[in-house]
Amino acid sequence: MSDDDKNSGGERRPFFKRRKSCPFSNAKSQKIDYKDVRLLQRYTSERGKIVPSRISSVSAKKQREMAKAIKRARFLALIPYVVN
Amino acid sequence: MSLIGMMPGQGMRKARGRYKLAKYECVFIARQDISATQVEGLCETFTKVITDNGGSIAKTENWGLRTLSYRINKNRKAHYILFNIEAPAPAIHEMERQMRINEDVLRYLTIKVDVFEEGPSVIMQSRQRDDRPRRYDNAQTGDANKDAPAPAPVAAEAAAPVSEKATNEGAEA
Repeated sequence: MSDDDKNSGGERRPFFKRRKSCPFSNAKSQKIDYKDVRLLQRYTSERGKIVPSRISSVSAKKQREMAKAIKRARFLALIPYVVN
Repeated sequence: MSLIGMMPGQGMRKARGRYKLAKYECVFIARQDISATQVEGLCETFTKVITDNGGSIAKTENWGLRTLSYRINKNRKAHYILFNIEAPAPAIHEMERQMRINEDVLRYLTIKVDVFEEGPSVIMQSRQRDDRPRRYDNAQTGDANKDAPAPAPVAAEAAAPVSEKATNEGAEA
């Protein structure tokens, strides 16, 4: 977190985008739950694909959790596998 | 009975001097054609399976008739039921076996959890939040269905008879 902040002061590299921190890694942040359809839908594309972590800036650990939750929700038909 | 009573004792491990049962979350989906009382009957049978095998059900949650995101065995809607179970593994296996046999159960998902969630699950919370303004809308303007993408079961049921009537009239005319 603090490392990222230091790097993001980038006047040297004008196209360096500031890395956002993971929305789930905070102690009081939302729990990833396969029943939370609205949350899961925020991390799937319009087609129903899982959004890559480099775009959603979810940490690797939480991305694995997220992928599992999305797949569980798909199995229970809470969210679609494919949106046509 | 005595045989079944023996099973948990063999299956359980002793954790720090006392028996510790695992916690599971189980969601199952039942066919849309069955009635609400039949759904309750299903819940009771599965609850009985668990309790007979030395477990207990901490919470049962009925999410009601929900629209499926895709068709499962030609069903577009289904009843969702959530169990919070504290039981030995053999009880879970037996319940899942019964669910596989039962034709009313479309799908089930059992997950081991460390702690149960407190209070109603996210689905129930969102339902309550969604329902209130919609009822208010309906009462005020009658046919204001602004939330078309996520129709509540109530709204869907209300809409169905109308369409049926329309087709009947069409047939008569």
